[in-house]
Amino acid sequence: MTAPDFLSLSLTIVFVSLVIGQILSMVRLVLGPTSGDRILALDTMVINAIGLVVVLGISQGAQIYFEVSLLIAMLGFVSTVALARFILRGDIIE
Amino acid sequence: MSGEIIGTYATAIFLLIGAGFVAVGVIGLLKFNDPMTRLHAPTKVGTVGIGALLLASIIHSYTLGETSYHELLIMAFLFVTAPISANFIAKVNIHLGTCETPPKPEIDDNWATLETPDEEPVKN
Repeated sequence: MTAPDFLSLSLTIVFVSLVIGQILSMVRLVLGPTSGDRILALDTMVINAIGLVVVLGISQGAQIYFEVSLLIAMLGFVSTVALARFILRGDIIE
Repeated sequence: MSGEIIGTYATAIFLLIGAGFVAVGVIGLLKFNDPMTRLHAPTKVGTVGIGALLLASIIHSYTLGETSYHELLIMAFLFVTAPISANFIAKVNIHLGTCETPPKPEIDDNWATLETPDEEPVKN
């Protein structure tokens, strides 16, 4: 197996694994008995989305996807903290 | 074997490592049966999984001849923020009573996150 073939095979494996990860996190988001589980599932989905964007950048050989993934990382952190604070205090900014 | 071929193989191997850790973390998130136990599984996705994917991206850009280290920024950001969000989710679990209450500390009266100040009116 030549090097480009191996790279495209592993790109396919990574895409499939990340998409399965998104689906399983979605299952936990729907099932999740407590609110903590739902916040955790959303956080995992955000992290998987960062991974998907990074792998898309590798497969297309483009550099611009870096900014997209940085923005998604920042938004994901802020939204996780906002959700957790809303449940803890009943308010986000006091 | 030239440098380009070695770089391509390294990219593919780091991608496979990342895929494995992502799969392990998400299966743990789905299969564990306690909220605090579930909290620890996806941390593998956040650190090693995404870290390996970003390393693969750095190596791939180096192989293409246009080296960029921007991905280190995302890695640093994720490594800094992952413990903070995990701490918040653990606090949510403690306050909602969905896990065992931790034993009382030896020195103080109560854990800081469970203390309610007297002055503040109670919010619902």
